[in-house]
Amino acid sequence: MSSRRWPAGEDGEGAPRPAGPVQVEELAAGRRSFLRTAAAGAAVAALSGCGDSLEDFFRRRFKELSPEEVARVLERVERRNKERFGKDTTVRADGARPGVEFGYGLDISRCVGCRRCVYACVKENNQSREHPQIHWIQVLEMEKDHGVDLAHADLYYEADAVPRPGKFYFPVQCQQCRNPPCVKTCPTQATWKEPDGIVVIDYDWCIGCRCCMSACPYGARHFNWAVPTLPPEELNPDQHYLGNRPRPKGVVEKCTFCIQRTRRGRYPACVEICPVGARKFGNLLDPESEIRKVMETKRVFIFKEDLATHPQFYYFYAT
Amino acid sequence: MPRTIAKLVLAAALLGPAATGRAAEAGTPAAGPAGGREKLVQAETPPFSEGIFPCSSCHGDLPKNGARRELAFHDEQQSIFSHDPEHLWCLDCHDLQDRDVLHLINGTKVPFAESYRLCGQCHGDKLRDWRLGIHGKRIGQWDGAKVYFLCVNCHNPHSPRFKGVTNVVVEGKATVAPSLEFLKPEPRPRRPEEQRR
Repeated sequence: MSSRRWPAGEDGEGAPRPAGPVQVEELAAGRRSFLRTAAAGAAVAALSGCGDSLEDFFRRRFKELSPEEVARVLERVERRNKERFGKDTTVRADGARPGVEFGYGLDISRCVGCRRCVYACVKENNQSREHPQIHWIQVLEMEKDHGVDLAHADLYYEADAVPRPGKFYFPVQCQQCRNPPCVKTCPTQATWKEPDGIVVIDYDWCIGCRCCMSACPYGARHFNWAVPTLPPEELNPDQHYLGNRPRPKGVVEKCTFCIQRTRRGRYPACVEICPVGARKFGNLLDPESEIRKVMETKRVFIFKEDLATHPQFYYFYAT
Repeated sequence: MPRTIAKLVLAAALLGPAATGRAAEAGTPAAGPAGGREKLVQAETPPFSEGIFPCSSCHGDLPKNGARRELAFHDEQQSIFSHDPEHLWCLDCHDLQDRDVLHLINGTKVPFAESYRLCGQCHGDKLRDWRLGIHGKRIGQWDGAKVYFLCVNCHNPHSPRFKGVTNVVVEGKATVAPSLEFLKPEPRPRRPEEQRR
């Protein structure tokens, strides 16, 4: 096992992960006590020498942790980052601010399909570069004659210059639904919606069943089929526990509106890189925010509105 | 009494746009696009063509000729000029008397750094959207200080249709300048069958 690998039990190749068929909250306590007693012996044997892993193995849900426990967990992630990448990182767990509901606007009349956002996102959020290659943003090239129609969309377009005549571009990423099918389907409640609207994943609780991926109508969730390939020199050290901290093999990941940036007041990386200014971000509860001005003055539409997912991600036409 | 109110309302209606217009004109760059509720910082303006500014270094000694004509000089601007060339020419925006500034239709002189006031004379809808943060780009904090870009950071005023932008450094600060070439897209994602299993 190379030094970049996660400790046994983390990448699915060591000891088994806690993968009980628990779907109801009331059963959680039973599951824990079961694991503590029945599986403890075997787990201790398998995980001896991996103190961190043992602690993770019996860790409660992220939302149940006390501030001290969170601090310990973050410290552990930082320590593991250091082991894996040889770099100092800062892992935070900033919570949602009261009175904030994030909204995202994407101007379809401006996007030129240059894919700058795709790679800015990869860099910011520590996605796996190759094998598996994971892109949280997928830019679709569509025909102006057909409008927004997935039957006439091309994800793999190549061109010397964009925009190409007769085409328009339609980037798709997590829509941060208010009624998220992915959250409903997760058997371990490893994914949930935060008060400011960001749908997050606790990678320590994800068992890799990929139910959420099949539930998501936007193809916004991506699976680490192998240990993510992430060169240490490209690691973004500014991390959030529920966002861009490096993922182990066998977990699902997705756009978090750059939680590590937006929870600290900054724009997401895709907003800042967009050369045409097609991406708008802000607080939906602030009447003076850019996103509210978009909502009030432009033609706004919702992707796959008929599915009643109620996204916090809006497409609009400024012209 | 109702007549007084009506008069007042009328006066407000008449004054309203004029007052906002003046405020907009007097707007310092910092108060440029929005009402100044949050801190807005103007990005560095894109660089001039090399050796072209200040214009008065050449034009100061030349006779002032306001007649519309093909110029024997400034070929790089004339060759790309596609900003309604049927109707516009140099001196519709550049000032004949003071070559180092621009001027509005009403004759008000405007420094190059505030050229958005000039653009907004015709492109009022874009100016309005830009002030709200809908048109154009902002970077920084969604809830605080942000940097906004000017029309000319993305649009070449002589060939204004958006093509692409390039990153440049002006006086030690990173900013963007319009390019005449369209952007080349980044590599396409791998197809599932191209991923190693």
